[in-house]
Amino acid sequence: MNGVHDLGGMHGFGRIEREPNEPVFHADWEKPVLVMNLIGMINHIFNIDEFRHGVERMEQARYLDTSYYEHWLASVERLFVEKGVIGRDELDARTRHFEKNPDAPLPDRKDPELLARVMDVLVRKGMAEKSESRPAPRFKPGDPVVTRNWQPAGHTRLPGYARGHRGRIHAIHGVFILPDAHAHGRGRCPEPLYSVGFESGELWGDTAEPKERVYIDLWESYLHPAEA
Amino acid sequence: MGSHHTEPEPWVVHRVRALESLLIEKGLLSTELVDKVVQTYEKDVGPMNGARVVARAWVDPAYKRRLLDDGTAAIAELGFTGRGGGDKMVVHENTPAIHNMVVCTLCSCYPWIVLGLPPVWYKAPAYRSRAVLEPRKVLAEFGVELPKDTEIRVWDSSAEIRYMVLPQRPEGTEGLSEAELAALVTRDAMIGVALVQAPAAAR
Repeated sequence: MNGVHDLGGMHGFGRIEREPNEPVFHADWEKPVLVMNLIGMINHIFNIDEFRHGVERMEQARYLDTSYYEHWLASVERLFVEKGVIGRDELDARTRHFEKNPDAPLPDRKDPELLARVMDVLVRKGMAEKSESRPAPRFKPGDPVVTRNWQPAGHTRLPGYARGHRGRIHAIHGVFILPDAHAHGRGRCPEPLYSVGFESGELWGDTAEPKERVYIDLWESYLHPAEA
Repeated sequence: MGSHHTEPEPWVVHRVRALESLLIEKGLLSTELVDKVVQTYEKDVGPMNGARVVARAWVDPAYKRRLLDDGTAAIAELGFTGRGGGDKMVVHENTPAIHNMVVCTLCSCYPWIVLGLPPVWYKAPAYRSRAVLEPRKVLAEFGVELPKDTEIRVWDSSAEIRYMVLPQRPEGTEGLSEAELAALVTRDAMIGVALVQAPAAAR
């Protein structure tokens, strides 16, 4: 979707603000939000593409005015409700309960099996979703390509700044699940994925910095062949 | 958590506790799980992992070749696997001719297995918007001035490939051990927005 999350090349966001000795978390509430996202994906309640699109579906002005973990909270909350795991009414009622009783404890529950399963994914197995089919790649390294002028209202990983531009295949990564389909319950639709290199002048015209290339990972259906 | 609240907590705190309590009741979450995951990213998984990969590549040319050929497998050799390597790790080497840097313009993709959770600036609009458009200006803000003839390659992590930069080994570090070298390597150097500095004694 053409949303504010698609930030590449935008102006006006100012200097990069760095925090010396930055802590891993800035508030306690961020910690369960991180874990709720992980368990949603590990339990296949939602997938990573639905999760990313959940962030993109935030009210657009609010996206820019909230922190990273607020983005995650917005998506996690929406997906647990949409997937029928939590009712909107029970969530609102429980929120009011904690507003009135801020010191009320959380339910005590030990679950060694859950702990072992999540940690196994986190520090050992990962959660890469492999695609079964292996369609042969249409392009090879060095091939000139033009990106589609692709403007879907739903999820895509073709950034706005790279639409309708000439690039060159740098490498073939393999076959990967297509986020445009996977985020919308339309299956995995695995496609070859490429690293595509773009000259900065192609992307940014006369304002480009010299001697720069941008490399973007793009699925085959984002690309058309170009004249050499 | 203190037991006295002198000012109202923001709504987000209550919302998260509501979600957390409901997910615990439904058997999907436990407070011990939250504690364990937090401990993992505060203590066990962070830039020190990536620094070990870099130091090994600096002292072992055969390892470096494997790392640049197949980042996932070479990083797993040092025991680093799991969530946050995407589906594939790719490592790009900085040289006098080519400087690599990593961004995710669409969200916040980051190589968790080698660098841990990303810093706020990496996830914020200023870096995500500017890294692809004006990387030299961005690098200058980080204190990095590259020669004009150095090519800059910016890797926008738009898929499930995760990128790490292998920084240049600083001059004057020939006598250092692998562990001493790892101690020089910073998170920012592995994102590609800093150079690794030699220790003062070696300069």
